[in-house]
Amino acid sequence: MRKQLCDALVARAAKSWAENSGMVFLTGDLGFMALEPLREALGPRFINAGVAEQNMVSVAAGLARQDFEVWVYSIAPFCYARPFEQIRNDITFHNLPVKLIGNGGGYGYGVMGPTHHAIEDCGVLLTLPNMRVYVPVFDEDMNAVIARAGNSSCPAYIRMGRGEPPKGYLVPAYAPWRQLTCGGGHVVIVVGPLAGTYIEAFEQLPMEYRPNLWIVSELPLEHNPLPAELIAQIEKSSSLCVAEEHVRHGGFGSELLLHLAGENIAVRRFRHLYARAHHFDRYGSQNFLRRQSALDVDSMLNLLKGSQHA
Amino acid sequence: MKPINRKLSAENFSTARKRLLQMHFDSGVGHIGGNLSALDAMLIVFHEYLSGEDKFVLSKGHSAGALYTTLWSLGRLQDHDLKQFHKDNTLLAGHPPADGIADIPFATGSLGHGLSLAAGTALAFKLKGSDRQVVCLTSDGEWQEGSTWEALIFACHHRLLNLTVMVDHNNLQGFGSTSDVASMSPLWNRLQGFDVDLQIIDGHDPDAIRTALEGERQHLRIIVMCTVKGHGVSFMENRMEWHYLPLTEEQYQKAIEEAGLK
Repeated sequence: MRKQLCDALVARAAKSWAENSGMVFLTGDLGFMALEPLREALGPRFINAGVAEQNMVSVAAGLARQDFEVWVYSIAPFCYARPFEQIRNDITFHNLPVKLIGNGGGYGYGVMGPTHHAIEDCGVLLTLPNMRVYVPVFDEDMNAVIARAGNSSCPAYIRMGRGEPPKGYLVPAYAPWRQLTCGGGHVVIVVGPLAGTYIEAFEQLPMEYRPNLWIVSELPLEHNPLPAELIAQIEKSSSLCVAEEHVRHGGFGSELLLHLAGENIAVRRFRHLYARAHHFDRYGSQNFLRRQSALDVDSMLNLLKGSQHA
Repeated sequence: MKPINRKLSAENFSTARKRLLQMHFDSGVGHIGGNLSALDAMLIVFHEYLSGEDKFVLSKGHSAGALYTTLWSLGRLQDHDLKQFHKDNTLLAGHPPADGIADIPFATGSLGHGLSLAAGTALAFKLKGSDRQVVCLTSDGEWQEGSTWEALIFACHHRLLNLTVMVDHNNLQGFGSTSDVASMSPLWNRLQGFDVDLQIIDGHDPDAIRTALEGERQHLRIIVMCTVKGHGVSFMENRMEWHYLPLTEEQYQKAIEEAGLK
């Protein structure tokens, strides 16, 4: 998604110059072979803040306080975990619309190891006042996500990954909620690019068992409620499944259930696939770690199969 | 920086010091020592140097009382505001509030944030081509925070000549002296390793503060102000407990008497 991110921000930078709206981009010394066009486009407003994320986030708050449109970029955990207090105190306590972009959300950095993984990012950040979280699913989503986050008056975190649609798949236009597959099976809601890995397998299932696969790209639900069609499907279905590359505590699964309970929407059976650990016995790729967490396609199909017979 | 107003008189300092003591006594709260060490500098910066659009960032947020008193001395806060200090339903919390007071741009209190916030503000002015100034007041213990050094690296690298860093070097921190807890003594030796214009002054000498603030600089301006915690009240001076303790009635009367003499 980095190329799409860069393209979207370059276009926004051009608009920013034209409108004199003052866009500034800060990076924590990352973006090699990806963000050079943005550096070219922004000139002195592209700032490599160095390996100093706490300072970078507070500087961003200082710039935003003077009405600059500020974007902050780093590898996901360096973007939110290291400077958490700076995000909390300096950005959100002042409700400054700084946009944090974390690359490699979830297990995206795979074999690089758990220091580079971000599997509690959304939950942690959504505890902060006015924070919005955007989770693009496909590379093609980045343009819309940048526009929506950039035009929002709230602080935001964009959890980037890499789009994983099946070959030849026609990606649906971005929306905060999208339904990717339809059928007579269970309802499955997925957060992030992980959804792309399920599409092909779901489409091969007989229509009567094929899940209704939904993706959600904007949180919290308080500001992105479930569409009526999805609610109807949940009420009709015998089982609801959530899959997310995020730890269980503070994840979308618990937020969804709380939201549904508040709306008096009954869920007969709930299944949750989530990131099971920061550390496993062995390191491996993102797909390896997904298998360790039972987030892979086979685990999902087994879960659905079990639910059908339950 | 250039002076914009006449010099404050000795009486102005004394009046502010007494008002600060009264506010803390009325509210029954502590943090008085570090407020008294910072008050003189804040009074001079606000009254004599900051113009309308300039910004002051109080990185040592626990000296909010001195900041409120300074704003009172300028007429930007009133007596009835100060009476609400530390009370329920107040804007005047123990540390500066996030919103609601135009002269306070950021909620501070967690140490190690203010210099970065000030650097971001100074960078914003620079990018806009504005000649507005930013002054940031840090404590000395705060230089134990790694983020403060991150901010210093950034401010030097970006040549933020519109930023002035003032250090309230009163030698005492939360649970000991700065040299006993995590010594960098002398702090200015560490700072001199950067491309900075460093001045070490008596932080209670108004003319020394003025001289340090004035003039053009080729590098980031840092003023290490050697100050006295509890300045102006004999039984508070250089005593760590006045980081915390509130005043008794008897202490208050004595403090007011002494504060008027300085």
